Amino acid sequence: MKLKDLPIEVEPLAGAMPAFRASVPTSGLRELCAQARARKARLVALWGSDETRRGAGYALHLALALPSGLLWVSLPLARKDPRYPGIADIYPAANRMQRACADLLGICPDGADTRKWLRHGAWPGDAFPLRKDFDSSARFPQQADRYPFVTVAGEGVHEIPVGPVHAGTIEPGHFRFSIVGEKILRLEERLGYKHKGIEKRFESMTLEEGAKLAGRISGDSTVAYAWAYAMAAESATGTEPPRRALALRGILLELERIANHLGDLGYLANDVALSFGFFQFSRLKEKLLRTNARLFGHRYLMDAIVPGGVARDLARAGAEDLVAHLDAMRHEVVTLQSIYDEHAGAQDRFIMTGQVLPELAERMGLNGFAGRASGVKHDLRVDYPIPPYQQLDPVLISHTRGDVAARVLVRFEEVFESMRLIRALVQDLPPGEIRSAMRGPTSAGGVGWIEGWRGEVLIALETDAGRIHRAHAHDPSWENWPLLEHAVHGNIVPDFPLINKSFNLSYSGQDL
Amino acid sequence: MYQILKQIAKTGIVTETSPAPDEALRTSAQRLGEVILKHFGRALAIRHVDAGSCNGCELEIHAMNSPFYNPEQLGIKFVASPRHADLLLVTGPVSRNMETALRRTWEATPDPKLVVAIGDCGCTGGIFGESYASCGRVSNVIPVDVAVPGCPPTPAAILQGILTAIDPGRR
Repeated sequence: MKLKDLPIEVEPLAGAMPAFRASVPTSGLRELCAQARARKARLVALWGSDETRRGAGYALHLALALPSGLLWVSLPLARKDPRYPGIADIYPAANRMQRACADLLGICPDGADTRKWLRHGAWPGDAFPLRKDFDSSARFPQQADRYPFVTVAGEGVHEIPVGPVHAGTIEPGHFRFSIVGEKILRLEERLGYKHKGIEKRFESMTLEEGAKLAGRISGDSTVAYAWAYAMAAESATGTEPPRRALALRGILLELERIANHLGDLGYLANDVALSFGFFQFSRLKEKLLRTNARLFGHRYLMDAIVPGGVARDLARAGAEDLVAHLDAMRHEVVTLQSIYDEHAGAQDRFIMTGQVLPELAERMGLNGFAGRASGVKHDLRVDYPIPPYQQLDPVLISHTRGDVAARVLVRFEEVFESMRLIRALVQDLPPGEIRSAMRGPTSAGGVGWIEGWRGEVLIALETDAGRIHRAHAHDPSWENWPLLEHAVHGNIVPDFPLINKSFNLSYSGQDL
Repeated sequence: MYQILKQIAKTGIVTETSPAPDEALRTSAQRLGEVILKHFGRALAIRHVDAGSCNGCELEIHAMNSPFYNPEQLGIKFVASPRHADLLLVTGPVSRNMETALRRTWEATPDPKLVVAIGDCGCTGGIFGESYASCGRVSNVIPVDVAVPGCPPTPAAILQGILTAIDPGRR
């Protein structure tokens, strides 16, 4: 079939989410991207794969978000010296993804930034972990790890290197600040410290086994990943999950959104010395986690979503328990929001701090709630309303100022909206089964695309007779990390933790 | 201010009783003497190191610092530098990209020191195991005194692991 938004031939993928696959020659890549960009299509992900065992060479893959759905484009590359024209000038977010692809598969972009990204010293530059002939248990001696940071020169300029081990209880990464006095002139991030070979691990697994690993790509987004993975596996096998399971997945995803926003709202107050807010929100979050454990068997809802449906049903009494809990909590969050709003000290630190303006956000592909706080009006639940969101009319919450205060406001409003969605889902829970049997082993592709609490989580899956040939997991942090470098410009160093927390990006999800 | 005070009064004190130490969590005969542990007893400084986790264990360490568990009432606090720490709380399978950083953090922690490995990955390498990119469990890289299983372990289990590490036990 022909696509509505772009003049290319596509094959629709199975499943409720509108998704299409297309094959394009490498020579047409830049032209396709330029056309897509002109039509306001967003780059969701870029990754590669080794197809040499399938009688071909390598392949480059792109996922683009079009008004009509998700377009998965594959481009065949040569077996010897696989290269393609880089697209980071068209889609800036592609820069780090292209470099990761080069590190893992030796697929190189022409005319582009050739610095390594995920590779530090754990394997040599001529070994490529995601190639099929790479032995995953290989252990190389640590290599020298040189990374050319950009240096800023001038009178009074100096550098502060931070990390990988940070001062707080957070994930590891390196931040190189160039500063004058207290003011940040430049921030350069170096990530990849948590790279633990997740994508290679997938390739030794069956479709069923992969679900558990998917739920551990980024612990705070375990529901979003598990759902995206299940959606991809269902799409690849043509399995349709029961309606009750979809409604329960919606409840789980919104619970994850609420829990994360509550936690961060507490930490944001902590970072501006309003420890009252920290203790109140950590108390509310803990209570919610205990409710999760009571109703779904896990505080963070890990392994609650499985390919074909969900692992555990919600009984009538449990549903009432949940609604009562949320009603009581709503009341408290309203009170706390008014305290935050009226607290001059907190607002003074929040307003105009760490600003990302809409034009830049749109150009760089900022997504999720941070994107919405900078005027990028996308939310998969709204843009592609598939069950269970179809009947609920989710409200897209946005702001245009793009500062810490805007991200705080969007988070508060999203908490309330998620509470409304859960209530609606609980009240209208369809009867029936919670899990469909997965259909037989196939050799096919499928995608899962979910609006997690942080942003869009994508899983692209290809199977060979029921085993995973390639599973690519894409975290929204890929696009959002570079914006943090911009958000801190001109701010003072002590505001960095606050700005960082207002985005709260995933290290594990992007390091893979 | 009135709203803040009202909310504080309404909330009251939510802190619960802390768990007792559990000998089963000990990985080996403790390296530190009873006398030293007695001194750590009520003033323990912890440095957390995420050596490659999925971030799930960090969520539970955060939760352990919520008012429900309140480890500060036991004299336990988190510090910003390994040089100020008595105990390292390490999560994750140790990624090979974090191997050097973890070893250096351990070396920067003054003796006598304790190490508590958190989570299934910290105990065994978990679902990620050992590979070109992962060293597996924490004890493959630095010595571990106590290992707390769970995916992720609950805040109470983490606190119990810490208390076990500083408990002289049945030596």
